[in-house]
Amino acid sequence: MTGRTLYDKLWDSHLVKQNTDGSSLIYIDRHVLHEVTSPQAFEGLRLAGRRPWRLDTNIATPDHNISTDKSERAAGVAGMVDEVSRIQVQTLDDNCDFYGIKEFKINEMGQGIVHVMGPELGATMPGMTVVCGDSHTATHGALACLAHGIGTSEVEHVLATQCLVAKKMKNMRVTVNGQLGTGVTPKDVVLAIIGKIGTAGGNEHAIEFAGSVFRDMSIEGRMTVCNMAIEAGARVGMVAVDQKTIDYCEGRQFVPKGEMFQRAASYWQTLVSDADAVFDTEVVLHGDEIAPQVTWGTSPEMVAPVTASLPTLAEQPSEEKRKGLARALEYMGLEGGQSIQSIAVDRVFIGSCTNSRIEDMRAAAAVAKGRSVASTVKQVLVVPGSQMVKAQAEAEGLHEIFIAAGMDWREPGCSMCLAMNADKLGAGEHCASTSNRNFEGRQGNGGRTHLMSPAMAAAAAVAGHIVDVRTLMGENH
Amino acid sequence: MKAFTVHRGLVGPMDRANVDTDMIIPKQFLKSIKRSGFGPNLFDELRYHDEGQPGADCSQRPIKADFPLNLPRYKGASILLARKNFGCGSSREHAPWALEDYGFNALIAPSYADIFYNNCFKNGLLPVILSEEQVETLFQEMAEKEGYQLSIDLPSQTVTTDSGHVFHFELDEFRKECLLNGLDEIGLTLEEADAIKQYETQRAQQHPWVFGAIK
Repeated sequence: MTGRTLYDKLWDSHLVKQNTDGSSLIYIDRHVLHEVTSPQAFEGLRLAGRRPWRLDTNIATPDHNISTDKSERAAGVAGMVDEVSRIQVQTLDDNCDFYGIKEFKINEMGQGIVHVMGPELGATMPGMTVVCGDSHTATHGALACLAHGIGTSEVEHVLATQCLVAKKMKNMRVTVNGQLGTGVTPKDVVLAIIGKIGTAGGNEHAIEFAGSVFRDMSIEGRMTVCNMAIEAGARVGMVAVDQKTIDYCEGRQFVPKGEMFQRAASYWQTLVSDADAVFDTEVVLHGDEIAPQVTWGTSPEMVAPVTASLPTLAEQPSEEKRKGLARALEYMGLEGGQSIQSIAVDRVFIGSCTNSRIEDMRAAAAVAKGRSVASTVKQVLVVPGSQMVKAQAEAEGLHEIFIAAGMDWREPGCSMCLAMNADKLGAGEHCASTSNRNFEGRQGNGGRTHLMSPAMAAAAAVAGHIVDVRTLMGENH
Repeated sequence: MKAFTVHRGLVGPMDRANVDTDMIIPKQFLKSIKRSGFGPNLFDELRYHDEGQPGADCSQRPIKADFPLNLPRYKGASILLARKNFGCGSSREHAPWALEDYGFNALIAPSYADIFYNNCFKNGLLPVILSEEQVETLFQEMAEKEGYQLSIDLPSQTVTTDSGHVFHFELDEFRKECLLNGLDEIGLTLEEADAIKQYETQRAQQHPWVFGAIK
């Protein structure tokens, strides 16, 4: 028998039933819920007279549309200014209370962006299947989970049956060996991968990220990478278990203790691809060649090293590519051939499920320390991913660095990543953003997003334009 | 769920690759706790000059006259002809809800993003996959003929043009059966309740830490 990949192992251990028509019934260990994609699922459950199959598998929190403003947040759900959003958050509270589902409410310690909260509480553990009505659920794959986003009908399906009807995906391995240079971060690695394989490159695949670059990376960094697997088209991104994974889990709220932990950990150590496992698709990048990355267009694959210039219409190989580029340049208000560092930014957003963990806060603070936001920049939002990240950052004094630099230190939530709350771009504004999508209108109607790492975003904030953070790192200030 | 067997209808275009679900239904409409009523806000930013607000009356809003689906010739379209990687990005099921609520019964494209593709089947919306060449043929025929219609037959898995092309398409057997019969997938899974319980019993012995943790 040939070896199995990590994905094969996770799939096999959750297979309830293999049907003759090629579909399978897969068991779900952890279901994470938030306010936006769950109300219709709970309503469906109620209309059909069904109840959740299991309660102790579900964990909920509001994150997508809540305010990050200190005074509005202090007033709780009742104080939410946007009435439509308030009803949605109240509906989540009501549904969780009615069924007895564990929810970390709006201002409770533990609340945060679903994909920051799950791992940091130990609600997601290696070897689990994890789903959530959110495409960035792949984040949890950093702990060697089989984790992916689902639609609302499937949220209802999981609530009612603890299973999903699924079809096995293909295996892709993205190997990045070598060593990352100074100022090059996990975000740059994943953007470089997307630049190489494109936004549809991982369609129908589960990606395993392998190689020394991921082995050397912290668990938080691996989460940043797995988070954006969906931007490469793959619903699932994973990193195999190593000692860092086990050390990360130990002691967290929902992780077993004592002998049970030892038993779990010895199982977790088997969650690696076998040496002779075969992948359907292999992709290789070299860590030493990756520079800080910036997106210049309206799709995450429209990305380039910060030192580069924008592509030109003349160099496009096909009419379709020319049309796509022309449309992106027009939307972004940029010209082909323009240098990336010449792009001025109006606002900066440091946060989102991609980059709002403690080490992201530290990386941004290291650049912001002793510097000031450029006078041409209207706003810099620094939004910690969770109450726990916020508390940790404040204990380290990071918030004082941000505030001293002229940045806004906010309450935890999804914020300007998708602009469902008041945090948004105005039409035509350019934003240096640590989020995951640069689609048209994503951060506000007419807004222009440039995806980059937290250190790069902080550098753009102080320079007033996109800049290579490495040039600031040697500076004495 | 609504069943799909055969459909003949007017074809409307979405002539660009990588159409994301933010474009299909922008974020502000995701605040709704309902599953219906998203049709007037389908492709909101491409369709209207102003910024759409939840609950606003769209009939009074200034439309972008050159957006293809706003042209009189495509009014009433029930089949959307699109390009590759349609529906990428966010997992929001509001995207197929909006397409369905607008009046689309089927989509035709060379490829779809995985989550979006899956979500369509839960809502009686058939996402047909044809080759890039076949899709290009349909785009050309549509451009040449006002009132261009296509026939889609799910049992035989074919798209037929009035000019005589018959294009075969593939889809999973399980999805086809559910769509043909409008089956309740949750009800089907619950018929496997014994198998699920048996799995849980065995798993609880192997990996007990997975159970009972969240209180």
